[in-house]
Amino acid sequence: MFGKLSLSAIPYDNPITMGAVGGAVVLGLVILGLITYYRKWTYLYKEWLTSLDHKKIGIMYIILALVMLLRGFADAILMRSQQAVAAGGSLGFLPPDHFDQIFSAHGSIMIVFMAMPFMVGLMNVVVPQQIGARDVAFPFMNSLSLWLTTAAALLVMVSLGFGEFSKAGWSGYAPLTEQQYSPGVGVDYWIWAFQIAGIGSTMTGINFLVTVLKMRAPGMKPMRLPLFVWTTFFTMLLVVWAFPVLTVDLALLTLDRYLGMHFFTNTLGGNMMMYVNLFWTWGHPEVYILILPAFGIFSEIVATFSGKRLFGYTSMVYATSVITILSFSVWLHHFFTMGASPNVNIFFGIATMLIAVPTGVKIFNWLFTMYRGRIRFTTPMYWTLAFIVTFAVGGSSGVMMSIPPADYVLHNSLFLIAHFHNVLIPGSLFGFFAGFYYWFPKAIGFRLNEDWGKRAFWCWLIGFYLAFAPLYVLGFMGMPRRMAHYANPTWHPYLLIAAFGAAVILLGIVFQGIQLLVSIKERRALRDPTGDPWDGRTLEWMTSSPPAVYNFPKIPIVDELDAFMDMKEKGVAYRRPDQYNDIEMPKNSPHGLIIGALAFVFGFAMIWYVWWLAILAALGMLSTVIARSMDDDIHYIIPAAEVERIENERYRELGPIAKRHPTDEQTIPERVPEM
Amino acid sequence: MMTTNASTIGIAYSEEVEHPDTVAIQTFGFWIYLMSDLILFATLFATFAVLGGNYAGGPTGKELFDLPYLLGETLFLLFSSVAYGLVMLAMHDGKKNCVLIGLAVVFLLGFGFVSMEINEFHGMIAAGHGPDRSAFLSSFFTLVGTHGIHVTFGLIWMAVVIWQVAVKGLTTPVQSRLMRLSMFWHFLDIIWIGIFSIVYLTGVV
Repeated sequence: MFGKLSLSAIPYDNPITMGAVGGAVVLGLVILGLITYYRKWTYLYKEWLTSLDHKKIGIMYIILALVMLLRGFADAILMRSQQAVAAGGSLGFLPPDHFDQIFSAHGSIMIVFMAMPFMVGLMNVVVPQQIGARDVAFPFMNSLSLWLTTAAALLVMVSLGFGEFSKAGWSGYAPLTEQQYSPGVGVDYWIWAFQIAGIGSTMTGINFLVTVLKMRAPGMKPMRLPLFVWTTFFTMLLVVWAFPVLTVDLALLTLDRYLGMHFFTNTLGGNMMMYVNLFWTWGHPEVYILILPAFGIFSEIVATFSGKRLFGYTSMVYATSVITILSFSVWLHHFFTMGASPNVNIFFGIATMLIAVPTGVKIFNWLFTMYRGRIRFTTPMYWTLAFIVTFAVGGSSGVMMSIPPADYVLHNSLFLIAHFHNVLIPGSLFGFFAGFYYWFPKAIGFRLNEDWGKRAFWCWLIGFYLAFAPLYVLGFMGMPRRMAHYANPTWHPYLLIAAFGAAVILLGIVFQGIQLLVSIKERRALRDPTGDPWDGRTLEWMTSSPPAVYNFPKIPIVDELDAFMDMKEKGVAYRRPDQYNDIEMPKNSPHGLIIGALAFVFGFAMIWYVWWLAILAALGMLSTVIARSMDDDIHYIIPAAEVERIENERYRELGPIAKRHPTDEQTIPERVPEM
Repeated sequence: MMTTNASTIGIAYSEEVEHPDTVAIQTFGFWIYLMSDLILFATLFATFAVLGGNYAGGPTGKELFDLPYLLGETLFLLFSSVAYGLVMLAMHDGKKNCVLIGLAVVFLLGFGFVSMEINEFHGMIAAGHGPDRSAFLSSFFTLVGTHGIHVTFGLIWMAVVIWQVAVKGLTTPVQSRLMRLSMFWHFLDIIWIGIFSIVYLTGVV
């Protein structure tokens, strides 16, 4: 009846896990209780959970990402403290069995359930507005992607309390992940969480490709697209190219585990390196999927806060396209030690080194954008500057490892861990934080407190170097990755420093929490009445903050790159149209939420071999899709009079700003003297 | 696109009708989905290319494949594609009944294809040549079976669309679905030609 599921699946005997489960359950109950107490269920359901508004979907993606960031970071703290104490005779507080689950969960969560939703969330909020559109191409599919991702994240969380998570690392190499060596449910949790999230990501990819290609405002020619839109476009191209490979790789592993097939087994003709090749055919583009959008965010921020057009815009676009193409020709550098011939290895080594060229072009473009600019040192700009320096270091260590003989020495050591944290944290997370601070006023309506933002930033940056610089040294000293315990006492001091660094980052996260609370308290003082708090250059700053549901009362016409700056310079940015028209917008729909919930049930049932439930959930999903396809009445009309009422309110709040000439010194916030 | 006549100079707003062409966007989006599906199949073909020779002492393609039977199966699918082409012509002429009859024919031919494939699989598994026998058979069953599952979902979709044509008539959304299902159906035809050539023909040579 319940497959492998029984009460013994709950890890009562593990106080750390049970503490985490207890904390999560209590927190969840408190949130549910508060929603009930304030009678917000209807509001939540109508305005958020079933919403097809790209801005709200974006905000929900970012909330998911922040929650998962806390979970993934808790795992990081556990690993750092374990390695800080488990030296020599001491075994630390985590048994290897548990430690292995923690590093697997940390990697899986940070890549697929923190960075991906953060990225997709920012794209959702910003991209339609930057191209002058009212929504994405497929609003319903957008909601479906969100709920599939959420369902998958929930599966990872549930693995804490029921059974276990994978112990085979975030990359799940076969044959370790085969039934023979990993008979528990841990690997199945990992498989189904990745599979469900991956399908959601593929749909996001299709959605945003079509959005960028088909939904642009008139006059928004390719070479007038904001750079974030360009990087989104290339990222989504990578998603559509790469994610099907992950889908297949996981499906083949599933067939091995569930139906006894022989794709990656040691016996009967299976080939374990097939798994690894397919995994990194997705996995390497995935790294660029996470980094390219951040490059776009930094480009927007550097241009805005330097008060200049982005230097080398065209070369930025071409550099991004080169990185996109090259990203598919380097996957083998993740396993030079597979033992392919020197010629094969050197091909992939050179392809890897080549990626440094377009990336270098970008770094210089950002530097030249700042050169002779009137730089405003805001929080987003802090993150950007930290990124440029830190990423250059991390990129260089990557070029080192692209040399196959060097990689044979450094492979699987902490040097590798230092390297990829050194590129992914500044290259991806710093970018998303920068975007978060930059676009927060647009999405929510008020700016975030700058003082706490800068305190948090310094903690993150200093903590980052303290936590990861020692790992480079440890790599050279020969310390392998993923060790629950080590006997070599000379490693210990460096791991103590790394643990201290993690604690400093923790302080940074606490400050970010304080920043949110302080900003909510000061929201009236921090209110952005203009919709353009930073003297922005691109179309998203043309809408109000937060934007009306339709974004633009009239679709703007674009004459230039940096379209909004162009309008401000011509003095037409706030000119009102002669009349408003009816606007057609997508109706809310519960189907995405229902399919997401059923996907969770389906995944859970498959993990625990509860076949009848899995079949029911699958049929439920199919029926929901059919029910949705039967409904042709999926739009509603906002009448012109209502649009006019909303816009009148907006212009009342804009007040004199709309009348003033926009390049007037007084309207530009926080100018600092020329450097 | 841009309004540049005297009365609107300097107004940064489009006066054009603000209804995006939904059908064109849906069709284009579906194209991109098909391309991602093509990569999915390409990955399965690559897997078959790598593992297809690993018989592990089990049967080879030469011993298992019955080409005349497969030719029949193939003809079912090819003729269903031809029939779908006629359905689209009828749709453009607005002949609802012809569309319904045509779709019924497509459905039956597709159903015949799936039935023959299930029968083939059943025979192999019953003879002890199931997907767990060797890496060759794992990759064979998965590649061909994934195509078969796609055809099956196409049939479910077709049943829904037949019902919609019958009840709602040839409305714009229904026509859009007919168009996308047609792309899906022809796409599966092309994949099958790849399977027939690479898996079956090369297998018996």
